[in-house]
Amino acid sequence: MEELTFTQEIKPPSTKKGPIRWLKDNLFSNWYNTVLTLFAIVFLYFLFKGVYTWVFTQAKWAVIPANLQILSVGSYPREQLWRVAYVVYVLAILMGLSAGIWKGLNQQITSAVACIGAVITLLPIHVNTSVREAAVIATILIAVSYVFGRDRQNLKRWVIIGWVLMFPWMMFMLRGFGENAISTINWGGLLLTLILAVVGIVACFPIGVLLALGRRSQLPAIRWISIAYIEVVRGMPLVTILFMGSLMLPIFMPGDFQLDKVVRAMIALTLFSAAYMAENVRGGLQAVPRGQYEAAQAVGLSYPKTMTFIVLPQALRSVIPAIVGQFIALFKDTSLVSIIALSELLGVSDNILGNPKWTGLKPELYLFIAVVYFIFTFAMSYVSQIVEADLGVGKH
Amino acid sequence: MTENENTTNDPIIICEDVHKWFDDFHVLKGITTSFKKGERAVICGPSGSGKSTFIRTINRLEEHQRGTIIVDGIELSNDLRNINLIRQEVGMVFQQFNLFPHLSNLKNITLGPMRVRKLSKRQAEEEALALLERMDIADQAYKYPSEVSGGQQQRVAIARALAMEPKIMLFDEPTSALDPEMISEVLDVMRELAHSGMTMLVVTHEMGFAREVADRIMFFDEGVVIEEAAPADFFDNPQHERTKLFISQTLQH
Ligand SMILES: Nc1ncnc2c1ncn2[C@@H]1O[C@H](COP(=O)(O)OP(=O)(O)OP(=O)(O)O)[C@@H](O)[C@H]1O
Ligand SMILES: [Mg+2]
Repeated sequence: MEELTFTQEIKPPSTKKGPIRWLKDNLFSNWYNTVLTLFAIVFLYFLFKGVYTWVFTQAKWAVIPANLQILSVGSYPREQLWRVAYVVYVLAILMGLSAGIWKGLNQQITSAVACIGAVITLLPIHVNTSVREAAVIATILIAVSYVFGRDRQNLKRWVIIGWVLMFPWMMFMLRGFGENAISTINWGGLLLTLILAVVGIVACFPIGVLLALGRRSQLPAIRWISIAYIEVVRGMPLVTILFMGSLMLPIFMPGDFQLDKVVRAMIALTLFSAAYMAENVRGGLQAVPRGQYEAAQAVGLSYPKTMTFIVLPQALRSVIPAIVGQFIALFKDTSLVSIIALSELLGVSDNILGNPKWTGLKPELYLFIAVVYFIFTFAMSYVSQIVEADLGVGKH
Repeated sequence: MTENENTTNDPIIICEDVHKWFDDFHVLKGITTSFKKGERAVICGPSGSGKSTFIRTINRLEEHQRGTIIVDGIELSNDLRNINLIRQEVGMVFQQFNLFPHLSNLKNITLGPMRVRKLSKRQAEEEALALLERMDIADQAYKYPSEVSGGQQQRVAIARALAMEPKIMLFDEPTSALDPEMISEVLDVMRELAHSGMTMLVVTHEMGFAREVADRIMFFDEGVVIEEAAPADFFDNPQHERTKLFISQTLQH
């Protein structure tokens, strides 16, 4: 005589559809969708056919492996390439250690880089044996230092110091000194692109944050200087700033003092990007409610501590997409330094095409360069998504 | 009224003729009062009468423009050192909790002790966990504020303020943003705090709490204190017309 008092549990209605059903619902639901679908199919067919025939039967890809060195490092002297290799090794060690010590995000980024190393090692095309060798060594170094770094929290400070010293040391290492010094004019290709981009990104970020804070400062002098800087720089094309850095800066410099050309390009890119970064960060700052400042102050945090621990972390994570967009733009903007006679990744294509052997191979070369740009920008975008997930953006 | 054995005769907060304007709008029109160590004062009054503004001048979230405020012997002025000293002695709990959403509940609490009191991480966490235990939410330590209920968030906020070991606690309508069933859990904590001898200034409409816990009730209207008395006198024998009206209105609910 027991009565069933539970509500019966039933499965949610099935939303699965067969493929025919799916096609009908999504592509052929009525006459104009059917027409559009057919058009799209025809269009895609010709597009793919064209691309396919060109890529696999007509394009002369020999230009790429033959010029891999120029594309990678420009006219950096061959017998000095060990310097680049050393920089890569030290980077590999630092990345491996960071991944081991901090785990999480560092681990993912580092394993991605290690994969690139492994891929280069196994690349089916003919690369210089010493390149293959260097890739093997770098990959092994990453793995070894990763294992070494695990559970060595006491190394934290040293690794941070290592990263900070990395940049000046790298400049010094790549340049060399004395009679054999390698003028930065010879730096080129992907190497130069990466150096300019990394320096620009790392340097424009803190400057941008300071400018954003300055623009919201209570002190009129600081506020006006920040506003003036941001608006003036945003009002100028990057090309103009690069020209000014390249042509006008030397005029103002005292006496014989010459700032290196690459350094000038770095400064121009950094200062340019910082203005945009400042506005991105300011957008984030405006999204932080007043109650957060008040709660921080009520706990007794000073202004710098309130900013560092409460306001900026919230402000920055809410504008990660904008910031990464800025970084990606900066990465691609490095190609503009070719107008001040620096040959980065895109710039070296002129040197290659100048060789009669390779004339007319612009499409092949440009497509390859586009793919390289895409790989790096996509990686940045991907990493930013990991960062957001890591920080729980949108969740708390 | 419960006899408060904790109060002493030393005033810990002294306000003399405190005035405050928002632009041309005169919000506080000469508040003169003092609070003894261990005293529990409840502040009530109609909306817009300046209650929040008044308690916020005491830790200088609002700056007063005339008169003097002395907190634990330190006069509030533009001297940043004084302000930061006072803010360490005065804890505050907000209507909207204002927890830091990017930090776990535990880190919300340990931040101040680590960055201001310079405690080690271990010690700060130990103290924070003890406070959460006292707030009866030890199991919520590693969650984020958005993952716990409003009543729990407000108790985290109280723990965050207490972690600075303040001598005075300010509460600005701590239960007004809460669903009815969560109000009592916050009031319980505040009651316990009152019995521990904390000096408390509480803006609230919870008249039951006021009657039970307060040593004194201050009634604000249009920027002045028009009546202040012990709860028994305040509720049973109000002097001012405005007060009578207010009491009859709030007790109806
Ligand atoms: N930052 C501000 N700028 C201008 N006016 C303000 C500001 N803050 C408060 N006021 C005004 O000052 C008056 C007093 O505000 P206050 O918040 O102190 O009132 P309250 O007594 O706490 O009211 P409630 O019960 O609604 O919280 C109100 O009229 C309010 O509009
Ligand atoms: Mg208020």
